[in-house]
Amino acid sequence: MDFTLDEEQTMIVDIVRKFVQQEIIPLEKDLDPDADEVDHDTYAQLVEKTKAMGLYGLDTPPEYGGPDISMVTRTLIAIECSQHRAGLYVPCYNAFGGARQAQLFEATDAQKEKYLYPMLKGEKKVFFGLSEPSGGSDPARAIQTKAIRDGNDHWILNGTKLWISGADRADYGLVFARTGGEGRSGVTAFIVETDWPGFNVTRVVHTLRSAKYATEIHIENLRVPHENILGEEGGGFAIANDRLARQRVPYAAECLGVAIRAHEMAVEYSKIRETFGATLSSRQGIQWMLVENEIDLRSARLLVLDAAAKCDRGLPFRTESAIAKLVCAENGFRVVDRSMQIHGGLGVAKDLPLERWFREMRIRRIGEGPSEVQKHVIARDIIGASLR
Amino acid sequence: MSIRLDKPWTEFSKQSVSLLTGHLGIYQLGNARGEIIYIGVANARSRFGLRGELEKWLKIHDIEISFFRVEVTMAYKTRHVELMQIFLHDFKRLPLANESMNVTSLGSLKAC
Repeated sequence: MDFTLDEEQTMIVDIVRKFVQQEIIPLEKDLDPDADEVDHDTYAQLVEKTKAMGLYGLDTPPEYGGPDISMVTRTLIAIECSQHRAGLYVPCYNAFGGARQAQLFEATDAQKEKYLYPMLKGEKKVFFGLSEPSGGSDPARAIQTKAIRDGNDHWILNGTKLWISGADRADYGLVFARTGGEGRSGVTAFIVETDWPGFNVTRVVHTLRSAKYATEIHIENLRVPHENILGEEGGGFAIANDRLARQRVPYAAECLGVAIRAHEMAVEYSKIRETFGATLSSRQGIQWMLVENEIDLRSARLLVLDAAAKCDRGLPFRTESAIAKLVCAENGFRVVDRSMQIHGGLGVAKDLPLERWFREMRIRRIGEGPSEVQKHVIARDIIGASLR
Repeated sequence: MSIRLDKPWTEFSKQSVSLLTGHLGIYQLGNARGEIIYIGVANARSRFGLRGELEKWLKIHDIEISFFRVEVTMAYKTRHVELMQIFLHDFKRLPLANESMNVTSLGSLKAC
């Protein structure tokens, strides 16, 4: 099998790699160690460059102005974009446009005018309100936020959402609430504006993650117009799920990118650092750690590109995307951990990006479907289907 | 990055504070002459991080606050200590609004 990149992919990877090395990494010397954004003028300059590359709006469908690239190419870009300090959660400080709320592509024309297009232009910030204190991995069962019909025109929402990134600075977002009975068909997606009475961001939830902190939202008698239902009543779960498998592939690839960079740093450091009269790289213990890194990275790369390739062929790829996410997160964390170990004390200092990658990579084993849930999805698919 | 927090000051106002994020980190308050009068921290118990902490200062009127600057960092505890040590080294005292702090609990930085 030929895993060689084609000419266009080679060119794109080269351009993006140079952009990270020449534009992004130099910026980080002067940014706060846990920064997750750049100032407005710097951001505008970066976006000008990604637009000039023809790569702005990576996850925006071509009919809405995004680049016409395959999932394999998208994945290759994700691997490159994340290779800097803040890269795991804010690759290139969102200069390539980012995923944002892809569910809004399912909106009505009126909803698109009001909510999708301003988001795509970067004029508005959006949140995704799915998870609750009762759970996030199994939203079909866990969602307890209720929406009750009030006359013909409105719904009244009550409930609590947790782990919601960016809600304190968002203009609007999606809130998933139970309009019907238990299970998937009882959940509806509502577009909610954050300045409406009854929508309250009550705290920031501080975690290991430096970027994109989570918040808690209390929804109290929030009045939402019926026309702000996204999709159909009871169709919320399908809306939430539909694009998750697609987004999971570049998400997994970002773990791989950070791990590749960590491994490169560990290899270089092992060649120059001496202990007891010899370089670390001459020690079998260190060599084996680097070998394990290399194997973890190569296997993760093949699996994530396999998932992307299957998506491009139009075949079902839910199992492959679950495998990719599981392997990239778990392998990536191990690689960063070993790389940190090889660096010794310097590995845990804020002088290097390793400590931030270690903290943030730990969360990747939980967020967007924990590893255990990915295994559950994979088991369900392989046990329920033939191996051929 | 310099050990000292030597970023430009931002004017202290409701508008400028509202633009802050909820990140953890440290901050400095300055008077009209640009002198540091307080070094604070937005730690894991702060409800809204740096924005929340600076918002509290908007309600305090017995101290003249003209400017502020922040640093987003998860190592807020050690960075706070470091900035206090640097200030003590430079001025042989604590910032005016930090004076109730126990100086002996701070270590000292000699070469800055």
